Amino acid sequence: MKPRFVRLAETARPRVYLLIDGQAAEALEGDTLMVAVLQSVRSLRESEFGDGKRAGFCMMGACQDCWVWTTQGERLRACTTEVKDGMSIVTRQPGATWPNLA
Amino acid sequence: MSALAADVIIVGGGIMGASSAFFLRKRGMSVILLERGLIGQQASGVNFGNVRRMGRPVEQLPLSNRSREIWLKFKELFGEDAELLLNGQMRVGFTPEHEERMAKYAQEAKDFGLGMQMMGGKALRERFPWLGPEITSGCYAPYEGHANPRLAAPIIGRAAVREGAQVFENTEIVNVEKDGEGFRVNAADGRTFRAPVALITAGAWGNLISTSFGEPVPMIAKAPQMCVTEPVPYAIGPTTGALSDDPDQGVYFRQVARGNIVIGGGGRELADIENRRAYVNPRRTMIKLKNAPRVMPAFKHLHIIRVWSGIEGYMDDSRPIMGPSARVPGLYYAFGFSGEGFQLGPGVGEVMAELIHTGMTTTPIEPYHIRRFTNLAANAA
Amino acid sequence: MAEPRVIIVGAGPAGVRCAETLVSAGLRPTVVDENRRDGGQIYRRQPANFTRPYAKLYGTEAHRAQALHETFDALRSRLDYLPNTLAWNISDHKLHVVHEERSRALPYDALVICSGATDRLMPVKGWHYAGTYSMGASQIALKAQACAIGRQVVFMGTGPLLYLVASQYVKAGATVAAVLDTSPFMRRVAALPKLLARPAVLFNGLALVAGLKRAGVKVLTGITPIEIKGSPESGVQGVVFHDARGNTHTLECDAVAMGYHLRPETQLADLARCAFRFDQETRQWLPQVGEDGRTSVPGVYLAGDGMRVLGADAAEVGGQLAALALLTDLGRKVPEGELKGLRAQQAQMERFRQGLAQAFPWPAQQAAQLPDDAIVCRCEAITAGELRRVVCDMGAQEANRAKALSRVGMGRCQGRYCGHAGAEVIAHAAGVPVEQVGRLRGQAPVKPLSMAVREETE
Repeated sequence: MKPRFVRLAETARPRVYLLIDGQAAEALEGDTLMVAVLQSVRSLRESEFGDGKRAGFCMMGACQDCWVWTTQGERLRACTTEVKDGMSIVTRQPGATWPNLA
Repeated sequence: MSALAADVIIVGGGIMGASSAFFLRKRGMSVILLERGLIGQQASGVNFGNVRRMGRPVEQLPLSNRSREIWLKFKELFGEDAELLLNGQMRVGFTPEHEERMAKYAQEAKDFGLGMQMMGGKALRERFPWLGPEITSGCYAPYEGHANPRLAAPIIGRAAVREGAQVFENTEIVNVEKDGEGFRVNAADGRTFRAPVALITAGAWGNLISTSFGEPVPMIAKAPQMCVTEPVPYAIGPTTGALSDDPDQGVYFRQVARGNIVIGGGGRELADIENRRAYVNPRRTMIKLKNAPRVMPAFKHLHIIRVWSGIEGYMDDSRPIMGPSARVPGLYYAFGFSGEGFQLGPGVGEVMAELIHTGMTTTPIEPYHIRRFTNLAANAA
Repeated sequence: MAEPRVIIVGAGPAGVRCAETLVSAGLRPTVVDENRRDGGQIYRRQPANFTRPYAKLYGTEAHRAQALHETFDALRSRLDYLPNTLAWNISDHKLHVVHEERSRALPYDALVICSGATDRLMPVKGWHYAGTYSMGASQIALKAQACAIGRQVVFMGTGPLLYLVASQYVKAGATVAAVLDTSPFMRRVAALPKLLARPAVLFNGLALVAGLKRAGVKVLTGITPIEIKGSPESGVQGVVFHDARGNTHTLECDAVAMGYHLRPETQLADLARCAFRFDQETRQWLPQVGEDGRTSVPGVYLAGDGMRVLGADAAEVGGQLAALALLTDLGRKVPEGELKGLRAQQAQMERFRQGLAQAFPWPAQQAAQLPDDAIVCRCEAITAGELRRVVCDMGAQEANRAKALSRVGMGRCQGRYCGHAGAEVIAHAAGVPVEQVGRLRGQAPVKPLSMAVREETE
């Protein structure tokens, strides 16, 4: 799958490894989580209301469209969160399991 | 300017006034409903949205049951959906005293069809795995539910209009006066309205009008403190409320079909009825954030996206004013529901219509008669 | 008086210059900023391990950006800087801030809100598809992450940012499919007298447009957006628009950068109970400001794009003016000459702003043209048709009533991206002037607040 975002410069940075929907993915140190995810897949989440996949909008923490779930049940705002090694994101709604993640 | 006239004038367009207008029309009486702002904008539109019987004083359960019957036919009767979800209601506790309280109520109210079941902490968590480990007991009432308070009263208001009620929004009232055998209501814009019967459903402002008729009641205006989370996948069926030793520390929540979780509790602030302002105290928001995870640990992963408040009328004895005036023939009241009026709304409307039309009602509302404050009036005189 | 407690919200050009002025006067302000690094949006700093020089990042504004960053770096030891800290509420002369799940209530004697701006958006059918971004986002992707938002980007909307970011993309080696400006070319010509209030800025702008054309980028004016084509599964696939003559065109692309200039972030001013007024010229509600950034609330000041969108240079001036106003109100003497000079600069910027508003108007008329199935509220996925229904069938002619009945504005962004357009849709459906529709009532928290947050008890 071609990444959504296109890197134009600053590619000589250390790699970071994360999981997206259980699949291993690579990003670069200094990427936001949003950029990191959109280097591998073309969306961040599914709209709650059936209108399809979303990939963020404002990139400045204003629109709140880029909140993603981690497999541990946490919520991260992808455009204002720096990607870290070991992050594990799901791009689909976690169904009825989220409230049992204490 | 000639006055507009009808059989009944209703002052106050919340859920009580809108329902009364609807049911009076069903009985063939002509109705004028006057509302300072928009239908359902005050307490009716900002409350938690619980459609429940459990927890009400036992003497209120017949009225609550009557109202429930109407809720079950909401769309059929009023023409639009108020997002009623009937997935039960649950109260949970952390101490033996909490368990005692819940068990006592379950016993007192056992004959009113609520189907309440007391359950221990382990059984509760088996059934509702999202409940927290500190909960020791709970009472589950499977038939209760919740609905959307922003929609309900406006829907009933529109239904009343379709039934032929004359509804005047954006119509501020200056006063209600006795005029011979009947009443004259004067609006700020100069219009007057006349009727032999007046019904005051003015919520937190009801006391201003009852006082003008020599019937002051001990009521204060309070501001509920509400907040709501972002939408998350639907998983919490019953409306859930936690008992607490300090009433200001209790929390309760409900998840709507779209996924947002509405959270109330943390106490109330005083509201300003003169300027029609009510604010959320950030401290009370923090109380909810702290206490909600004790009931459901997964709350710690979520975010609240908005807080709001509004103006509700609270009676000193926590009982509403409902029924005829103690002093003025043709004058009726239904206000002061003390933060518990939403579920009662349709039933109150039906009962007040019955009372006004026939002179009596089959539903017991004697405890709510305004005459219980007659001594107050006498002392004030 | 004991050391007055002054809090500045925002470490962009307005906040930094405000802090600098206050520190020079001997105060030690607290500067609260949501971001990890100072600079705000226009002078957003790239991550520490990025290497692009200032000239590459900020172009003609490189020297200003560098000066601003260096100023703040030098100030840091003389103020209380709270980065990664969100101001989420105001009550009782206290600013409620949250940092790493700890909330504190900071009391203040004076508060300067330099909250900046976000893009102003007019929906188009399909703008919810993955791959549609705000104009500002497309710039942040480049500036702060060295990325383009897609392989083939259409820039659509109006305002100076449209041309600036498209140019930056071309220079950085990205593929720009087209630059589509909704404003007719003649409006720019008519606005020239006002735009000449800042000749250097105007010249830079013209150079940008010329540069785009030289690079072979299709630049069209007076267009009307019709639809962003795409699918719920794969996102943006193309753009359909009418040119100035009314002919329909389709362009293939995998990303759209969209925006109609900027709108101030006014939530904190609202929570501080500042009065607002309707600005007829730009068709939006703005906080009422008197001279030098004073609001209707004593002790609360505004500066920068969070007050009124005048641009970064004006924000630097505004930050200084607000500081001088604050000092004056505290009983300090301020240099009259400096005040006069700053006010004169601001007047020049204001004139230029009027030129921009004239050259690149908010396309209010597009609201009426939105098809019923176009989404207006992205957060809640509410369509124009659903919004029109609550106006026509339920009598909702006011913004908050329409929100209560339709859910437009009820989502996570709390009306940032649907508020203006929503009001235009309501106004048209109700047949009333947009001012009469009012504005969405602001509520805390200013942004989503984690339920893991606890109040810090000192």
